[in-house]
Amino acid sequence: MSLQAYIDGVGVLGPGIADWPSAARMLGDGGRYTPAAAVLPAPAILPAAERRRTGRVVKLAIAIALEATAQAGVEPGRLASVFSSSGGDGHNCHEICLALAAADREMSPTRFANSVHNAASGYWSIAVGSMQASSVLSAYDASFTAALLDALAQIAVDRQPLLLVAYDTEYPPPLHAKRPIPDAFGVALVLAAARSEKTIARIDAALGEEAEERLADGGLEALRTAIPAARSLPLLRALANPKPSRAVIDYLDTLRLRVEVLPCA
Amino acid sequence: MTPLLLKALTATSCIGAGLAQTLASLRAQLSGLRRCDFETVELDTHIGAVAGIDALALPYEWRRYDCRNNRLAEFALRQDGFCDAVHDAAARYGPRRVGVFLGTSTAGILQTELAYRQRDPLTGTLPEAFDYRCTHNSFSVVEYVRRRLRLDGPAAAVSAACASSAKAFAAGRRMIEAGVVDAALVGGVDSLCLTTLYGFHSLQLLATAPCRPFDVARDGLSIGEAAAFALLERVPQNLASDAVLLAGAGESNDAHHMSAPHPQGRGAQLAMQAALSAASLDPGAIDYINLHGTGTPSNDRAESGAVSGVFGSTVPCSSTKGATGHTLGAAGALEAVISALCLQNGLLPGGAQTVEVDPGLAVHYITRNRHAHARRVLSNSFGFGGANCSLIFSTAG
Repeated sequence: MSLQAYIDGVGVLGPGIADWPSAARMLGDGGRYTPAAAVLPAPAILPAAERRRTGRVVKLAIAIALEATAQAGVEPGRLASVFSSSGGDGHNCHEICLALAAADREMSPTRFANSVHNAASGYWSIAVGSMQASSVLSAYDASFTAALLDALAQIAVDRQPLLLVAYDTEYPPPLHAKRPIPDAFGVALVLAAARSEKTIARIDAALGEEAEERLADGGLEALRTAIPAARSLPLLRALANPKPSRAVIDYLDTLRLRVEVLPCA
Repeated sequence: MTPLLLKALTATSCIGAGLAQTLASLRAQLSGLRRCDFETVELDTHIGAVAGIDALALPYEWRRYDCRNNRLAEFALRQDGFCDAVHDAAARYGPRRVGVFLGTSTAGILQTELAYRQRDPLTGTLPEAFDYRCTHNSFSVVEYVRRRLRLDGPAAAVSAACASSAKAFAAGRRMIEAGVVDAALVGGVDSLCLTTLYGFHSLQLLATAPCRPFDVARDGLSIGEAAAFALLERVPQNLASDAVLLAGAGESNDAHHMSAPHPQGRGAQLAMQAALSAASLDPGAIDYINLHGTGTPSNDRAESGAVSGVFGSTVPCSSTKGATGHTLGAAGALEAVISALCLQNGLLPGGAQTVEVDPGLAVHYITRNRHAHARRVLSNSFGFGGANCSLIFSTAG
């Protein structure tokens, strides 16, 4: 089994990473990574009523999705999508569990509506008016790879361009002790079945059991293992490389996804 | 799309553990909804609880995964020889070539709700024994089923609210068609918890009496729980006469509102049309529609508009949620299995609990069972966030 796609756009946001160009510099030869708290922009694209209700997960997902679709030069509302996150909005979950542990069990309807794992997908579809199918996944630490595999299968079967958005944000205490995600990290890709003038690389992916790929930079390697969506960093490193290269990304147990990356720019 | 075979099936809900009990309840038009006595919940509503979960123990090896949601999965897996069918597929294709794609909306969040009541009074920390990964996380039930059945292939939880497990069928189908796997264990598991009971209560969407989908006096939904599984494989040359196929899957988004359907059901129409297109069928080819039919005034109105817009007003349709309750992330899979039972047994199930069909809803809603040969059934599942999925099942003949 080998699955192919063309990458037409990338969006990245994380601790000390503002966007894809800065991530590409850090991941390239001689790049330097300086950790700093992730800064998430307000989603100006959302109607005011929805914007007031969104938490960090939705802000993150919308920011990276906008960066990737702008780079690809596509109308975002026309794209099918795959959204993936280990556990969605930990802050919202914390507030709900606090409310349910209190005597009156009074729950906010907005918190309940936002508790669905597909909240980011729902707000994105409202923001860009997309009625296209949206797959919404979780595979714990392997959530990015599960999304990439689903996206590649969709490209193979449906031959339509699509948007992948993988994102995780920190959990507050006391949940944090059980799921110590320290900050926000997200990656978005626009994938297509055919090459276009926007294409930056062609990828060929296959399941395998090779050793996991660690990043040379200690800070980036710590980031890779700390936030599930950052398991994508080896692929981003290969996409930033002007030469053909291979990335190995973690999946389930000993399974890996081996991705051959051929730059097209 | 290329049709796929439902090689094995099972479902467990408040109307029965396994296919035989489920079919018997449908034939008798029984409802499993009872007055809510779940945990410490004090809400004036009815629920569809599965009996016997509290006493069930997971295999010792997998005790870390112990929670209501995984017990429900385990209980369902033990019915209808389903584990044997999966082991057989793993033996034929190899455990790396069998994927697991299961829908859930809340997984084992009940464990976290209980853990928050037991926070350390001084430090606020959660109990030592609480295991987030194996119980609460959306992937926990997928990981449990995958480990329990010793499968090594691709896997993901599909979590798009009440469309989750219908979309899991679509996800598994893609993986087979793309050649990533040869078989896909698809389905859904969702169990009772306080988040959904008090959450739907906060939105004033819970019915007091058992829910009455499409009734003129409908006033909300009743929450249920279920686990339902199917094993998808490519269609072999020789098919049994009662074999059921997944013939089409269609997905869409409302792009309208987080917790309310589009008033005219535009997204729902797109999903049904996409499923028909995938199955290369005209609307007239559908013999029965298993509606999403939650029993809330707005859902049933929007769905009625969407169904009549695509199919007109003559196709028999009903919601089985008056019998099972709304099993949320498991509803799509449960109703997929019910759709297969309809095809195999020539049964169009009348909607339980519904007394007087709302004359304002322009669909042919049936309240009594019909015995009719059905060759193709469409099942709808819609969820918060505007997620929609329609599946079409057909007989092999």
